[in-house]
Order: sequence, then structure tokens, then C-alpha cells
Amino acid sequence: MQLEQLVSKFQDKDEKAFESLYNMYSESMHGVIYNIVRDDTIAQDVMQEVFIKAWHNADSYSSKKGRFFTWLINISRNAAIDKIRSKSFKNSGKNLNSDYFVDIIQDHDSLDDKTDAIGIKNFVGKLKKKCIEVIELLYFKGYTQKEASETLEMPIGTIKTRNRNCINELRLMLEV
Amino acid sequence: MDIKEYIASGILELYVAGSLSEKENQEIYALLLKHPEVLDEVIKIESTIVTLTAAVSPTDTKHLFKAVKEKLGLNKETPVRPLHKPGTNWFSYVGWAAALVVGLGLFWFINENNNLKEQIQTVETDKELLEVTIEKYSNDLTESKQLITFLRDKDIIAVSLAGQAVSPDSYAKVFWDKKTNTVVLDVQGLPEPPQGKVYQVWSLTLNPLTPTSLGTIDDFSSDENKLFTIENANASQAFGITLEPAGGSESPTLEQLYTLGIVEAS
Repeated sequence: MQLEQLVSKFQDKDEKAFESLYNMYSESMHGVIYNIVRDDTIAQDVMQEVFIKAWHNADSYSSKKGRFFTWLINISRNAAIDKIRSKSFKNSGKNLNSDYFVDIIQDHDSLDDKTDAIGIKNFVGKLKKKCIEVIELLYFKGYTQKEASETLEMPIGTIKTRNRNCINELRLMLEV
Repeated sequence: MDIKEYIASGILELYVAGSLSEKENQEIYALLLKHPEVLDEVIKIESTIVTLTAAVSPTDTKHLFKAVKEKLGLNKETPVRPLHKPGTNWFSYVGWAAALVVGLGLFWFINENNNLKEQIQTVETDKELLEVTIEKYSNDLTESKQLITFLRDKDIIAVSLAGQAVSPDSYAKVFWDKKTNTVVLDVQGLPEPPQGKVYQVWSLTLNPLTPTSLGTIDDFSSDENKLFTIENANASQAFGITLEPAGGSESPTLEQLYTLGIVEAS
């Protein structure tokens, strides 16, 4: 089924469509949230909350405003950031180290049953530092172009072209 | 519009990341409907990011959907088939009626409870949206304050750039801080550059006339307040702005000189 139809069925509260979208994106959302909270159990809880929120607020999504995936990833980042700012999280004494998403992928146990994880591990290991930084900020942290340009101290135009080149490298590796 | 060039600009990657403005998102949506190759590119970028972000997830998430459904109260139970007994049994009728009343009451309560939960969710989402808005405005305010501080500095040299033959109504302003070699350029009074063209800023010394490029304004359209900060370590005697092909030119195209202003000797 086309993504557009799936999303519109989901907005009509169709459970099957909801499950399909969940299967398509839950792992990605869990990854983005995990990269922020750095705790598997907490990340699982937050990810479930995100899908519950998405179900309740399905009407507020419109394809005119952007991709469904982008909408979902936005809710995920906000929910994860809310979580690490919350009192209960601060009291839990969690240590948020400053590793990039790449380090997490490479730390995954190689016996992981997720078959694609092993392949992508080799790929991301080849990414240049400057690519890792810009992907981390734009996709995992949700920075705007301008915020990324300030953080990395480079012009806005450079962020745009560099990011394009980096995503192209990934696409080449993943053959997308 | 050159679609290939548009795709190569990297704007679609930012679209998937969600880092563009609402207006830009709507423009891209219109393009997606018109050009299948743009949609195709967006889908490929998105699929790359889906794979990449999923790879960060340390555990499988598929089995958690059950819990999500339960929390939403979506698990429907199979209907119970009533047993038919021969003959009229008033007790059973009364019993069923009572059960029905209780059932309806229960249903109403659950429904009401869900409605309230939904309202809480909506309020929470609204709150999050407000927080984002406040953060944005507070950032805007800090920027504005920084700008005012900069403009009020006593060593700032202000230069008005007047419109020239090609566009007499145009104007621009240059605020030059010689100590930090910084120039803030206010180009609110320039028209939108046509597709494939950019404004290029020049520092000029007059005798003999020597232009030095200070760079091009690539994001003219996307910058809301039309203020740009550029470096200028030259001993400028005048500033000019010309319209040049995208990427800029080695030397200014004088027929396309939009504004020009001379620095008053202090």
C-alpha cells in the first residue's frame, strides 16, 4: 500500500495501518530516542509514548507540512529531550556520555540477531568525522540549518552541501 | 526551475531532517506533486535515514506494539454468544436488562475516561509546541539585542548605499566595525534576486577604482530579516552590491550595479 494511503487510514484510526507504520518506523524512533537518553528501557518507554501520542494527535499531521517520518522523528526528539530534562531522570544519575550515534552502532554486540546491523556497522565506520557531526546534529538532534552552522562554525551554505555529500556517501554504501 | 540543480542543492536532505521553515516545506510539497523525480529522491533519502536511525536501536521493537495497543485500549475482545433457553424466563430478561444497563454505564465511563486522557494528551502536545515557540522567540530576542549593541557602538561606521540606474528604488545599509573587521549588511531594500542570480558585495577603493569581493549572499530568500554579517579587513572607501550569476564573479558587472555608497572620511 502507498505510504500516503497508509497514513490517511491511520488518521482514520485504522489499527492495521497503525501497526504497519509502527513496524516501519518504531526501530528508527527507538534509535533516535536511545541516542538521546542512552538507556534501553527508558528509550523503549519513551518510544511507546511517542506512538501513543502520534495516535492521539494523528489529526495534527498534514502531508503539506512535511513527511510523516519527519513528523514522527520530531515528536521522538522532543519526547526524549523532555525525558532527560525531567526530575526522575536527573535523579536516576544517568551518565550521558558524548559519543556520537556512530559509536553506539559500533558498540552493538556483533552477535546481534539484527542481520542488517552487522552490515551497517562497517559502513558507518567509513564515514568521515565531519559527516558524523553534521548527521548527528541534523537528524539525531533536530538542529535547524542555522543552529548547526553556529555549532560547527561554518556557513549555512556549507552545512547544506556537506550534508548532501555525506548522505550521498551513505546511500552509496547502502545502495539506496 | 532546473530540477537536477534543485535536487543537488541538498535542500531535500534538510526537508527529511525537518530543519526547514514551514514555508519551505510547503514549497517542496508542491514540487513533490509536480515532479516524480523529486518525490523519488525524497523517498530514497528518507529510506537511508530510516535505516541509519534504526541501526542505532539496540533492541528489537516489534514486540512492543502489543503494549502500545493495550495502553490505547485497542484490544477488542471476541463477542460472547448468548445461550438460548426454551420458554420465557422473566428472571433472565430482568438479568439481561440489568447487565445491559451496567454495561452501558461502564461503556460510558470508559469512553469518558478515554476522552479525558485524550484531552490531557492534547494539552501536553500544545504545551510542548508552546515551549518550542518560546525558545524560538527568546533566541530571536537575544539576536536582536546583540544586533542593537553592535549598532550602538560608537566606532561603528554607517554607510547608506543608494539605488543605481538599473534599480533606482533599491537601497541598502552597511554598518562597519573597523576594530573587528566586521560588516553587517542590511539588504531589506533589495528586490528578490531572479533564479540563478545572486547578489555580490564589493569593497571599493577609489583612486584607482579597485573592487574586492566580500562574497555573495546565497541565502537571500531564506533569511527572514535580511541582515548578513561578513568579514571586511579592507581599507574600504565605498561599498557596492551587484547582481551576478550564481557562484559570483571575479569582477563586478557594472551594468548590474544595484546600490553604491561612499564611506565618509572621518
